[in-house]
Amino acid sequence: MEKGKLLIKDKEVVVPGEVLAQGMSYLPSQGTYRKGNDVIASKLGLARVEGNVVKIIPVSGRYLPKKGDVIIAKVTDINIAGWTVDTNSAYRAMLSMKDATSDFIRRGSDLTRYFDIDDYMVTKIFNVTSQNLVDLTMKGPGLKKLEGGRIMTVSPSKVPRIIGKQGSMVSMIKQATSCNIIVGQNGVVFVKGINPEDEILTVKTIKKIEEESHVAGLTDKIKEFLDKKSKKR
Amino acid sequence: MIKMAYKKRLDGRKFDELRPITAEVGVIPNAIGSAYFKIGKTGAYAAVYGPRDLYPRFLKNPKRGVLRCNYNMMPFSGAGDRVRPGTSRRSKEISLVTNQALLPVVNLDDFPNSVVDVFVELNETDAGSRCAGICAASMALADAGIEMKDLVGAISIGIVDGQVVLDLDYQEEAYKDGHVADVPMAYIPSMDKISLLQCDGRIKKDDLLKGLEMGKKAAKQLIEIQKKALKAKFEVPK
Repeated sequence: MEKGKLLIKDKEVVVPGEVLAQGMSYLPSQGTYRKGNDVIASKLGLARVEGNVVKIIPVSGRYLPKKGDVIIAKVTDINIAGWTVDTNSAYRAMLSMKDATSDFIRRGSDLTRYFDIDDYMVTKIFNVTSQNLVDLTMKGPGLKKLEGGRIMTVSPSKVPRIIGKQGSMVSMIKQATSCNIIVGQNGVVFVKGINPEDEILTVKTIKKIEEESHVAGLTDKIKEFLDKKSKKR
Repeated sequence: MIKMAYKKRLDGRKFDELRPITAEVGVIPNAIGSAYFKIGKTGAYAAVYGPRDLYPRFLKNPKRGVLRCNYNMMPFSGAGDRVRPGTSRRSKEISLVTNQALLPVVNLDDFPNSVVDVFVELNETDAGSRCAGICAASMALADAGIEMKDLVGAISIGIVDGQVVLDLDYQEEAYKDGHVADVPMAYIPSMDKISLLQCDGRIKKDDLLKGLEMGKKAAKQLIEIQKKALKAKFEVPK
């Protein structure tokens, strides 16, 4: 087969409509499409070339519910069969009584005992239909109602950077600030520390990561930032 | 035989020259995506919100997401008279054509029953506002991470006293000594498709074809400017 031509470098920022590669030997993947002989970008993001597969890692955009994701959601309504929750996406989700608790709930009893309106919870998406109807479950390790602390939202595309490789980034922040941090895949972050100063520093650090997520060598930079701040205190 | 009286443009530009352009992305922190596009003395902000839940519910489309554009001129944006706030027949029409100009490139198949809202606000206007709005909206949609086949470049072409010109400003649109036609257009290069074409005034077929070629070339330039602005957001600060 004729050898194709790559027109971009790995990790380069590309915009929609930009031709990434020419020739049939390159294959379009996530965030790209083929038109005739060309592979063209359809999203704003960082181009990645893996062998002969070209894909784009988006740098922005809203969260799209995905099966198996652990997210932080907020209760918006209580109905007969369970709770309606906001998932920080275009779609709200349902948490049914049977997936929320293993307790026996008598017909007509007060559901606010379990989750009240405006309560936050760590929960897992266990089903998404073609029309993006989302079902949640509370059965699993680490899934619980959140009490105290503070909530912040970040761009969902920055979540992998905040967590880091095998959780390296988030555990570094946890260590430096002695805060409990839970990062939901939907971009909602829960921070709870012993005192408010720790929480504020954590929120500041996470915002810094969000702003500079595309910069290389971010972990070292954040480490420096945390060292400087903790010395000051 | 038409007398060619318009030999030199009122602001001294060449006949196929654009007004000076500035473009910036990410100007509205609260929006998912945003952009500012300024051409000459016409400036447009665009903010994109969504995909999000769509109300009223009868507008929902279970097959794909809905794009909803809104065009608005700020009260102080005109040449002196206050622009009455709120929707007008004109702003409704421009909202619609903006929507249709952008629709061929956006792909909202992954977001059934939801809406992507695009708000275009003009802070100063000196002709060509719908084109500036479309350029701003194109950048803002890309910034919002919406799946798009291409960016859209929009520009006006026209006739001033028998002469085909690109990117008319208000002085030219209001030119008194001869006939003026104003033809705003939007062009998508990768599909070779014109997604907006309106006409105010009379224009001959030959002139229109000549103008469209001029406009296509300019639209490609505009897209290069949009690309540059989108990439500038990610430049590593030194």
